[in-house]
Amino acid sequence: MSRLIINKIVLGLSSLSGVIGLFFLLWILVSLVVKGFAGLSPYIFTHDLIDHGIRNLIMGQFMLAALATVFGVPLGILAGIYLQEYGNGTRYAEIIRDLSDVMMSAPSIVIGTFVYAIYVIPVGHTAGWAGVLALFIMMLPIVVRTTDDMLSLVPVELREAGIAIGASKYHVILHIILRSAKVGIVTGLILAFARIVGETAPLLYTSGSSIFWSTDLSSTFPSMTVSIYNLATQPEQDMVDLAWAAALVLTVMVLILNLIGRYLIRDKQAK
Amino acid sequence: MDKIFVHLAKMSTAIVFMVLIGTVISLYINARPAIKEFGSYFLIDPRWGVEIELESVTDNIEQLGQQPEMKDLSEDAISEIDVEEDNFSYGLDDFEDDFVPMEDETDTGQSELEGTSKTTKEVYGGAVPIVGTIFSTIIALLFAVPISMGIAVFLSEIAKPIIAAPVGVAIELLAAIPSIIYGMWGLFYFGPFLASIFGGNSVSLLVGGLVLGVMIIPFMAALSRDAINTTPDILKEAAYALGATKTEVIKDVIFPYAKKGIIGSIIVSLGRALGETMAVAFVIGGVYQFVHKVTDPTNSIPVALANNFSESSGMSLSVLFYLALILFVVSFIIIFSAKYFFLRRGSY
Repeated sequence: MSRLIINKIVLGLSSLSGVIGLFFLLWILVSLVVKGFAGLSPYIFTHDLIDHGIRNLIMGQFMLAALATVFGVPLGILAGIYLQEYGNGTRYAEIIRDLSDVMMSAPSIVIGTFVYAIYVIPVGHTAGWAGVLALFIMMLPIVVRTTDDMLSLVPVELREAGIAIGASKYHVILHIILRSAKVGIVTGLILAFARIVGETAPLLYTSGSSIFWSTDLSSTFPSMTVSIYNLATQPEQDMVDLAWAAALVLTVMVLILNLIGRYLIRDKQAK
Repeated sequence: MDKIFVHLAKMSTAIVFMVLIGTVISLYINARPAIKEFGSYFLIDPRWGVEIELESVTDNIEQLGQQPEMKDLSEDAISEIDVEEDNFSYGLDDFEDDFVPMEDETDTGQSELEGTSKTTKEVYGGAVPIVGTIFSTIIALLFAVPISMGIAVFLSEIAKPIIAAPVGVAIELLAAIPSIIYGMWGLFYFGPFLASIFGGNSVSLLVGGLVLGVMIIPFMAALSRDAINTTPDILKEAAYALGATKTEVIKDVIFPYAKKGIIGSIIVSLGRALGETMAVAFVIGGVYQFVHKVTDPTNSIPVALANNFSESSGMSLSVLFYLALILFVVSFIIIFSAKYFFLRRGSY
């Protein structure tokens, strides 16, 4: 009988820890939504931070992440193609794979430090391009890994069929392999974008954050996450409220991107 | 055309390679003055930005506590400079003015500005942030591992699919929430809550560690659940057929089978906790002091980098690069061992 009692106790404890964990996560979400909604108004979407709005922050954060994506995606996909289609099995490809895996989990603040060393120190001030560079470095290994993984799922028969009808290798890659791995790669890209859009640490001293509307990437650039950090530590209550509102907007954006990514994957699996 | 494509692809890989290697090299180059100056003693030296006389090294350790005050002042001055660049000189004047009343209490920094006195030098040691990082990570793991395992087991073995599916998705989505949200929650809700229970400050090592723990729970739980789910049903059914209880199946079948994946998920989460900046930056305090109680504020490497980087120059900047290099190497080793021993990719 004691075995059954132990069983009950263990299962109870496990469920309890599940409840505790979920309780904390729920607590975070509820406080975020309650505080965030209190500060949310149409006003903050139509004004810049100088007038207590977050319009320039949303624009800035998106622009930084989007530019990083524009540079990171082609490069990352090409590198992924090389790893899987040309260099597969070679020692060089293995080293790159391991390195980019490690880089994917490297502390994001260290990447900020690196960009500070190679960009901000020579230039002398924070700049939007430095933020783009930092996010680009964060994103690159994710794109490489995603492309690599997705291409490895493409059946060898497809490649052989392409080559058998006389297509050259790049033709096979561009028109057959990439096409069949499209959904997976796009999903990976969306998730990668969602990840870098919420990053703070690499932007802290690379892009900095500006309180004005700015499209000049060679000077300090507005960043949502950095501004949240700055606002939340200020003593004025309305600044803190604004930080919560911005945090809610940021979280909703990230979650929507994640949901889109999941939806695409599910769509593919259903087929 | 084919050749161009190959070269293009090859070049991209080379760029990826260069970026990764470049990180380590540039960190090393920038850290070199500090490495030369302080060597490996840096790792155990608790003094940060302390002015010492070259003859008597040990006499001036009492000055340790005064450094945070100075940092605060300079932070104010610098944020003023940030706000309006036109006011740069004005901000700098302010900075100097702020210092005057303090001068008879401590002359740290002032003589450094003049740069003429050769009998003193500033000493930096990384022990406080290093110890802070280690302890906050340990607290985070102590808190997160049992709860994550509970969630993982609950999701894969106990809960019915109708509950497990939405909760599982929710956990994965929570893993995607930007870490700065966790930090804000820690600062405004969790810190004061803990302080009301345990006493002490609402920013402390304990709060930092626990916020980190909460942050890695979804991540660790999702990875462990995936590992547990790889256990073949046939093994579990065999054990049930022999009359094993659920506990025994979990303990004797699932855990041994999924051991590598679970340990791997813990180590990857450890790496994440180690390098996490924003969740901790709000709540650990950012002062260069060892903790006497767990509710004292202290510092960690990422937070030291985040708070002090933009206002540092010369040796103090180099020291921060040194810290960044240490953090990078440590997390490199941790992640690499996790990948190598526990999470080998089988797909190629």
